[in-house]
Amino acid sequence: MNLTLNVWRQKDRNAAGRMETYKASHISPDMSFLEMLDVVNEDLIKTGKEPIAFDHDCREGICGMCSLMINGMAHGPERATATCQLHMRKFRDGDEITIEPFRARAFPVLRDLVTDRGALDRIVQAGGFVGVNTGGAPDGNEIPIPRERQETAMDAAACIGCGACVAACKNASAMLYVSAKVGHLVNLPQGQPERQQRVRAMVAQHDHEGFGHCTNQYECQAACPKEISVGFIAQLNREYLHSSFGFAEREDSSTGVG
Amino acid sequence: MPLESNIPPGPVAEKWTRYRSECKLVNPANKRKFKVLVVGTGLAGGAAAATLAELGYQVEAFCYQDSPRRAHSIAAQGGINAAKNYQNDGDSVYRLFYDTIKGGDFRARESNVHRLAETSVQIIDQCVAQGVPFAREYGGLLANRSFGGAQVSRTFYCRGQTGQQLMLGAYQALCRQVGYGKVKVRSRCEMVDLIVVDGRARGIVVRDLVNGKIESHTGDAVLLCTGGYSNAFFLSTNAAGCNVTATYRAHKRGAYFANPCYTQIHPTCIPVSGDHQSKLTLMSESLRNDGRIWVPKKAGETRRSADIPESERDYYLERKYPSYGNLAPRDIASRAAKEVCDEGRGVGSGGRGVYLDFAEAIKRDSRSRIQDKYGNLFDMYENITGENGYEQPMRIYPAPHYTMGGLWVDYNLMSNVPGLFVLGEANFSDHGANRLGASALMQGLADGYFIIPYTLANYFASTKQDRISTDHAECKRLEQETDAQVKKLLSIKGKKTAVEYHREVGRLLWDNCGMARSKESLETAISKIHGLRSEFWENVNVPGTALDLNVGLERAWRVADFMEFGELMARDALARDESCGGHFRVEHQYPDGEAKRDDERFMHVAAWEYQGTKDPVRHIEPLEYEKVKPSVRSYK
Ligand SMILES: Cc1cc2nc3c(=O)[nH]c(=O)nc-3n(C[C@H](O)[C@H](O)[C@H](O)COP(=O)(O)OP(=O)(O)OC[C@H]3O[C@@H](n4cnc5c(N)ncnc54)[C@H](O)[C@@H]3O)c2cc1C
Ligand code: FES
Repeated sequence: MNLTLNVWRQKDRNAAGRMETYKASHISPDMSFLEMLDVVNEDLIKTGKEPIAFDHDCREGICGMCSLMINGMAHGPERATATCQLHMRKFRDGDEITIEPFRARAFPVLRDLVTDRGALDRIVQAGGFVGVNTGGAPDGNEIPIPRERQETAMDAAACIGCGACVAACKNASAMLYVSAKVGHLVNLPQGQPERQQRVRAMVAQHDHEGFGHCTNQYECQAACPKEISVGFIAQLNREYLHSSFGFAEREDSSTGVG
Repeated sequence: MPLESNIPPGPVAEKWTRYRSECKLVNPANKRKFKVLVVGTGLAGGAAAATLAELGYQVEAFCYQDSPRRAHSIAAQGGINAAKNYQNDGDSVYRLFYDTIKGGDFRARESNVHRLAETSVQIIDQCVAQGVPFAREYGGLLANRSFGGAQVSRTFYCRGQTGQQLMLGAYQALCRQVGYGKVKVRSRCEMVDLIVVDGRARGIVVRDLVNGKIESHTGDAVLLCTGGYSNAFFLSTNAAGCNVTATYRAHKRGAYFANPCYTQIHPTCIPVSGDHQSKLTLMSESLRNDGRIWVPKKAGETRRSADIPESERDYYLERKYPSYGNLAPRDIASRAAKEVCDEGRGVGSGGRGVYLDFAEAIKRDSRSRIQDKYGNLFDMYENITGENGYEQPMRIYPAPHYTMGGLWVDYNLMSNVPGLFVLGEANFSDHGANRLGASALMQGLADGYFIIPYTLANYFASTKQDRISTDHAECKRLEQETDAQVKKLLSIKGKKTAVEYHREVGRLLWDNCGMARSKESLETAISKIHGLRSEFWENVNVPGTALDLNVGLERAWRVADFMEFGELMARDALARDESCGGHFRVEHQYPDGEAKRDDERFMHVAAWEYQGTKDPVRHIEPLEYEKVKPSVRSYK
C-alpha cells in the first residue's frame, strides 16, 4: 500500500505547530498503524531528519500510552481498538491519513503527537483508591462479593487511562475516565467507606485541571478502546449528588450499570 | 569478593518468620529521615514505593512512561499464584514452593522460594482489600484456574487482565501516597547511571525524557525495579521501552549480573508475520487449559487444518508428556514446538507455527463458554492475524517473554553493592532456570509489599551514612560522563539506524542463544555481537539534539546497552556447559531429547563482574538443597 500522511509536527510545548506531509510507501496490510509510522520514521532518520514523536509502549492495547487522532477520530476508525491495535488492512491503498495529537486544554502538546496527560494521574491521586495500607488485610474470602457486582466493577476497572474520551469530547470532559474509577470502587464493598469523599475529591480535581463539563454527547463511549459504558457517568452523577447532600445511596441499590 | 547470600539460619520453612522477628527496625519517628529512590513503578516498584511511603520513608519514584500505571506489568494476562488451597485440591505452601523449585529445574535459591510461597497468601488478601476485582464464583468466593507446571488450581485472575488490575491496585496505593505528599513521582525520566560513593549506592543519574536534562538524585538507598531484558532479542512480548539500561549501567558500576543466559521463551505467542514486525503478542497460556496443540504427522504438509484427519495429526505434547499434556511447563512446550518445526512439520507461512485447536473444547463446552473464558484473547488473535480462532485452529509459536536472570541479590534483595536493592523481574533470585506461569506477578508483589519493608529497615538500622547532596563530586562526574555519551551518539551521523542494529543483535541472540544453544553457536554470537558493537559507535545515525524530547536518542541509548549485554548473555550461556530449564545446550540431552543437567558442576548461580574492556569475571554462589532433593525433572 502507498499512503499520504498529514502529520502534526511541533517542536515543544511553547512552539507553534504545523501539519507536514509524508509519503508512506510499501506498507503491508499486516502492519499495525504504529509499525507503519515506524517505517516512516526509519526513512526520516536515514535522511538525517528527526523522527515523528508519538507515545506508545505495550503495543497490545493495555497500557494506554498510545494516543493519536486519526482522521479526526481518537484511536482511529476501528471500534473498541487502541491505535496500537489498529491494523493497516483497515485502510486502502492511496488513502490520505491525517494524524494529530489528542487535543484538550488539560493535555498540552510536548512534541509532535506527544501530549502531557499527567492530569489523569492527579485525579486518581485526589481520591481514586481504597485507603488501605499494606498488611493486616483480612482473608480474601472473608468478603464474599456477588459475581454480577464484581463483573460490573471489572467492566469499569478495564479503563486503560489513555484519555481518548477527553479527545473525543467536544467539551474535553474526562467524566468517562472519572466515572470508570468511581464505578470500579463503588460497586465493591471495599470501596464503601470512602465513597462520598472519593467522588467529591475526584470531580473537584477534574474541574481544577481544566477538563470541561459533561453534556451527555456520548462521543467518549464511542471512542473508548475498552468500551467503558456511559452508564457509569450516570452512576457517577448520582453518587456526586448524594455525596453533596451528605448521605450515601444504600449500597445494595447502587449497581447503576448492570 | 565472596558472594555472601546472607540466608538466615534455621530450617527452610522457619527462616522468614525468624528473620522478621529478629531483624532490626527503624524507629517510626526516624523513618522520615531516610530517602529511598525507587526506579520503576511496575508491580515491584509500585508496591515498594507505596508501602515504604506508608511506613514513613521519603520516597522518590521514577519511570520512563508518562504515568506510573503504564509499567509493563499491566500487560500480564493470565493470573497470579497463591497457596490458598481454596479449591481443597491438596495445595499448600510446601507444594507451591516445591513446584516452583522443580519448575526452575533446581537452579533457584530454596530459602527465597519458600519465602515467596509463604508470602503468596498475603498478597491475595492485600489485593482484595485494595479492590482488585478478582474473578468470583456465583457464591461470591474467589475463583481459580490452573496453569502450566502445576497439578492444582491455584491461580487467581481478573478475566484476561490480571496484570492490569494488580497494577492498578499498586498504582492507586502509590497515588494515595503521592496525594499525601509522601512520594514524588518522576515520570518520563530514564535512569542512566548509578551513583556509588564509598562503596555504597547513593543515587542515580537520570535523563528527563521531555527536556533532555541530565540530573542526579541522591538518597540513602536505591531500589531497582526496572523489569526484564527480553527486548535484547528485538522481538519479544515486552513493551517497546523495556530495557536493560538501568540494570546494565548498575552492573557497570559494580553490581554482579546473575544468570543472564536464563531467558524464558513462552510457547503461546502469535507467530511472526513479516520483517516490519515490532513486537510479538502473547496469548495467555491459560489457553492451554482448553486448546490442544498439534502439528501434521507428515513433514511438508500442504492441506488446510480442517482437511487433515485425526489419524494424521500429532498431538505431540499429549503424546510425550501424558500426565501434564498440553500443560507441560513453558520451556518444555516451547522446545517441543521448535523441534516439530525443525522437522518441517510447522504450520503457517514460513513453517514456524503449531496449531492450538479449540474444536474439541467447543464441542464439549459450547462456543459461548469458551468465549466467556477467553473471548478477549480470540478477539486479539483475530485482530492481529485476520483469522477466526473459533472456526479454525489458532497458530502459535514461542517468543522471548521473561528473563529469569537479573542482578544478583542476597536474601535481603540487596545486590553486592550495599544500598542497591533489586526487586521483581530485574533480580534473579526466585525462578531458577525456568519460571512457572503466574509466578512473576506473585514475586513482584511479594518483593514490593512484603519483603523490602523488612530488609530495607534492617539495612538502614545497621548502616551509618551521611547525607549526600547532588553537588557531590561523584554526581557531577557521572553527569558529565552521561552528557559526553549523549553528545557522542548525536555526533556519529552514520548510515544505519539504531533499530537496524537492534534487529541485528536480536537475530543473533535468537538464532544462537535462543531456545537451543551450542558451544559453536555461542562463540559465533559473541564474536559477531562484538563486531556489531564497534560498528554501532562508528556508523549509527541519531538525528536531533540533546536537550529535547528525542525518541531516536532514547532508542539508540537502549540499543547500545542491549548489544553489550547480549554479549554477556552469550558468555554466560557458553560457560554453563549443561542444559537446565530454559537454557538448553544441544550437547547435553538425554536420548529422548530432554534437558540434561549437570548438578555436580553447575548447581550454582553464576554472577558476572564487569571488568571494563577486559573479559568479565564469573563468580559462583553454590546452591544447597536442604528441603527438596534435586531429581531429574520429569513431566511425563
Ligand atoms: C505479555 C506478558 C504477559 C505476562 N503474563 C503474566 C502472568 O499472567 N502471570 C505472571 O505471573 N507473570 C506474567 N508476566 C510476567 C510479569 O508480568 C512480569 O515479570 C512482571 O510484571 C514484571 O514486573 P516488574 O515490576 O518487575 O517490572 P515492570 O512492570 O516491567 O516495570 C518496570 C518499571 O521500570 C521502569 N523502568 C525500566 N527501565 C527504566 C529506566 N532505565 N529508567 C527508569 N525507569 C525504568 C518502567 O518505567 C516501569 O515502571 C507476563 C509478562 C508479559 C510481558
Ligand atoms: S501502546 Fe499500550 S495501549 Fe497502545
